[in-house]
Amino acid sequence: MFDFLDSGQYDLLGAFWVTAKLALYSAIGSLIWGTALAAMRVSPVPLMRGFGTTYVNLVRNTPLTVVIVACSFGLDQTLGITLGADRSEDIGFRLAILGLIAYTGTFVCEALRSGINTVPAGQAEAARALGLSFFQVLTLVVLPQAFRAAVAPLANVLIALTKNTTVAAAIGAAEAALLMREMIENEADALFAVFAVFAFGFIVLTLPTGLFFGWAAKRLAVKR
Amino acid sequence: MSSVLYDTPGPRAKRRNLLFTIGFLAVLALVAWWVLAALNDKNQLAADKWSPFVTDSRVWTTYLLPGLTETLRAAGLAILIALPLGALLGIGRLSDHRWVRVPVGAVVEFFRAIPVLLLMVFANALYREFTTVSSDFRPLYAVVTGLVLYNASVIAEIVRAGVLSLPRGQGDAAEALGMRKGQTMMYVLLPQAVTVMLPALVSQLVVIVKDTALGGALLGFTELLSQNRQITANYGANTIATFTVIALIYIALNAIVTALAGRLEKRLRQGKKSAAAVIPAQGGPADVKSDAVSGA
Repeated sequence: MFDFLDSGQYDLLGAFWVTAKLALYSAIGSLIWGTALAAMRVSPVPLMRGFGTTYVNLVRNTPLTVVIVACSFGLDQTLGITLGADRSEDIGFRLAILGLIAYTGTFVCEALRSGINTVPAGQAEAARALGLSFFQVLTLVVLPQAFRAAVAPLANVLIALTKNTTVAAAIGAAEAALLMREMIENEADALFAVFAVFAFGFIVLTLPTGLFFGWAAKRLAVKR
Repeated sequence: MSSVLYDTPGPRAKRRNLLFTIGFLAVLALVAWWVLAALNDKNQLAADKWSPFVTDSRVWTTYLLPGLTETLRAAGLAILIALPLGALLGIGRLSDHRWVRVPVGAVVEFFRAIPVLLLMVFANALYREFTTVSSDFRPLYAVVTGLVLYNASVIAEIVRAGVLSLPRGQGDAAEALGMRKGQTMMYVLLPQAVTVMLPALVSQLVVIVKDTALGGALLGFTELLSQNRQITANYGANTIATFTVIALIYIALNAIVTALAGRLEKRLRQGKKSAAAVIPAQGGPADVKSDAVSGA
């Protein structure tokens, strides 16, 4: 039943490696972009707050598929922006990362903001009453507590991101979902086996992440 | 305004904020200018690329509206099936009988861990191999099946968390009154849990609407997103304009879903003190409730 695995015709590990790379690069990028967005949304400058809020609400309500397909049709095929790649697979890969970062950044932003919102105002007021400067209040009192509270929602975002990398198949990045579609076409008699293999692959990718961050969130939780 | 991070600004902070505003405005203007220049360079800003969406009703009647109908059909069917199924699975996970609790838990965890796209592709192949569903309807069936399996599991978790968040006394009191387990769930626990879990449920409905687009990109489902090829082919490669309009339709659709749910939530909460804290959304941040409407 599983003999399609030995045929050497499909690069299963390679496909999951691409999925893992997509997830890793997008995770790093969206953490940076999401932090920048969160900084804007909590800043005292109204224009930055407005921009952050508008961006988050617009992009979060757009399907990821639309974002990624628009990256391919709009950026690559219309405007000729390929992010320095020449092969169509590489272009798909890089543009998919761009789309995933633009989309996932909004969720990272909201996770961080919800973390900041869990810090009671009294904490910062007490710190200010002790004479700490703005920078000290931020780095010594507010952010350490905010990051601890943000671990659990960030882990959810990370797991969702890993699953969302499959959308990159829509623009031809050679990752797991694309290979699964091809294999299902060719190995119709081993349908369930193919599905089982890919389901297992994704469980292997997401389960340890979930367990680790669940443990970390519990350990780091601020007892109030 | 003041927050945890900073006090109400004084004169010096106000001046500094003004400087930041000007600097940020300059950066925004630069980016906007760069984007517009790039678009103009490829002739994407020309009026005839954008005007069909306003002047030519056929863009709407032939492509966008039929696509939107398909999107709504898939999303509506998925929601109608996934909500009761999810509630059932959620209650099953809370069962006192191990032989119900354990298998239901396994099913929920399995379908939650798998990307919804894989489920759709698999369902599509299943329908092709084992059923006589005509190929016109197969993508719709596959999309709805994938959405239902995934979202029912997520909704099950929301329901479970909602019921568990209620104070123990609620269930105990119902039991003391002599209610059966089913009655306790139906008349005491679930009605209270619904108010608590509404924000999470709503963000899941938005996820369902958004995920219908997957079928358009990979299964040949003729929903809203998939119309972009037809439109760009018939109206002179107006890719940027088409994607802008399509994205705006999705955003409006999700804003309507969120707004309706916000009103429902208000009505449910009126004059009622909920016994428990609000359940955060799954797979997302804790406060994704009605931000889109309030603009908070």
